[in-house]
Amino acid sequence: MKRNLPLIFAFICGIVVVASDFIPHRPFNLMIDTLQNWFMIIVGFAILLGQISLFQSNIYKIQHKVSGWYYYLAGLISFVIMLVLGLLWGTQEYQGLLGHGLAVQAWLGSKPFDYLFDNAYLPLSATMFSLLAFFVASAAYRAFIIRSFESNLLMITAIIVILGRTSFGGMLTSWVPESYSFWHLPNLSDFIMEYPNTAAQRAIMISAALGIIGSSLRIILGIERSYLGSDK
Amino acid sequence: MKKLLLIFWLVIFCVTLFADNDIFWALDLPSDDGKALILNWNVAADSIHLQKADSLGMWVTIFSGQNQPASFTDSNLNPDTAYQYRLQYTHPQTGDSLSYTLQAQPKEQWFNLHKLSLLLFILVVSLAILYYIMAVKRGKDFYIRRISGLDSMDEAVGRATEKGKPILYVPGISDLDDMQTIASLTILSHLAHRVAEYDSQLIVPCKLSMVMSAAKEIVKEAYLKAGKPDSYKDDSVFYLTDDQFGYVAGIDGIMVREQPAANFFIGSFYAESLILAETGYSTGAIQTAGTAQAHQLPFFVVSCDYTLIGEELFAASAYLSRDPLQLGSLKGHDFGKLLVITTIILGVIAEIIGWHWFKAFFEGV
Repeated sequence: MKRNLPLIFAFICGIVVVASDFIPHRPFNLMIDTLQNWFMIIVGFAILLGQISLFQSNIYKIQHKVSGWYYYLAGLISFVIMLVLGLLWGTQEYQGLLGHGLAVQAWLGSKPFDYLFDNAYLPLSATMFSLLAFFVASAAYRAFIIRSFESNLLMITAIIVILGRTSFGGMLTSWVPESYSFWHLPNLSDFIMEYPNTAAQRAIMISAALGIIGSSLRIILGIERSYLGSDK
Repeated sequence: MKKLLLIFWLVIFCVTLFADNDIFWALDLPSDDGKALILNWNVAADSIHLQKADSLGMWVTIFSGQNQPASFTDSNLNPDTAYQYRLQYTHPQTGDSLSYTLQAQPKEQWFNLHKLSLLLFILVVSLAILYYIMAVKRGKDFYIRRISGLDSMDEAVGRATEKGKPILYVPGISDLDDMQTIASLTILSHLAHRVAEYDSQLIVPCKLSMVMSAAKEIVKEAYLKAGKPDSYKDDSVFYLTDDQFGYVAGIDGIMVREQPAANFFIGSFYAESLILAETGYSTGAIQTAGTAQAHQLPFFVVSCDYTLIGEELFAASAYLSRDPLQLGSLKGHDFGKLLVITTIILGVIAEIIGWHWFKAFFEGV
């Protein structure tokens, strides 16, 4: 029963959700929203599990002084500070246990939670995102090293696209007569992005969609069970 | 004589009715959930005013402007509720102010005809998958091509065991309502089983609590199945943070500190894909990635040793389990691909020879 009940639920929910996509009549058109609301309720409870896990794993690492334990301590302290500040004075329009904290707001310019969010969290998040630029450069360098016919092709295509997206690329091919405008680097770049690139991406998307249909069918019919923890 | 008069008035009444219908009429929006009406009019005027009666019977203007296009869709209505509309305009020649009223009721439809092509396609592909599953049950053997990204799992686990280093498994950043996450968890189940068999160590940081709960159950079951329940460590699957780049920072830290022998990035990834894969590359770990996000695949292909591209991610469970029923369903995918290719070719031919209905049918117009 422990194994069959989730399978029965998966079958019923799967069929209902598929049917409701094609039947706009009540009650089918309301079922997706209802199921999504149920999902959100479960997520709400699961957040607590996440916080407990965060505490447990970090405290364990700090207690056992694992390598870099001070990072875990910093993480926990940050978590507690944000939690306490949020509880005491609230966030933006929501008030906390001590109200809106007008005196604190006058001193900091915003609520303590929002102050830390804007001045600590956002810059840190942007810093992580900005690393992407350097990683793109290092990955591109490796991808463009000529080792085979394919990587050669990749490099030539990349050069055309990169140059075509800059004013320098347009300048380089400005001498090409208008009747051969296709060979202007910006036009060539647009062609590569619009046709071969889009075609390849759509091929991946279509095959992935077929994979999703197949996987969904396997789950609905109970053939695929490993997501339950075991395939038996 | 009386009869003639009666017939005359009856004819006049009918003509008036028809005439009215020709000037201002309403149609229920087809294939919808009964929340819209299409109001049409046919009047010789430069501008018109369209009004709707509110719950108190007061006329509220819902459209005021140019006569063309002579149609207006009133949406956000309640199904099976009667609505009163009034069309007002000034006759351009006589200058008379004219008005027409009507009552209409939106109806819920039992089938969305715009999605007929999609339904047929899903039915055909599903029937093909079921057919191949039945064929496998009857004992038919199908060839499945090698997927090197999945074959690398043994290599990765073996290397991690030899080096005494852990294996890092990242199940993506989407929740359980994303099929890629479900596919990722099925791969985690097989990987955890191998890890348990080899007595190696697994690290699964999760971005979302729901994924963490499911991953914990899956890993625990895999250890039980492998006959090593005592080797399972509850803190091997843990929650990091809901924030996208906080999650990346946490995983990067784990990769740099723990130096895992193998990294698996399997699931749904967005902007963080390259940051993860490049950091993993710098640590020298064997890296296997898999996603159906077409925009992130190039990053993984460049930085990882093996990449599961699109449908390979969804085929992984069948491929790894070698379950004949699941392998049969993979053949159904191949049939679906053949169907798509054939339809695209037919679509191109149909457009060339001017059969636009073919494209329109698949567009759901």
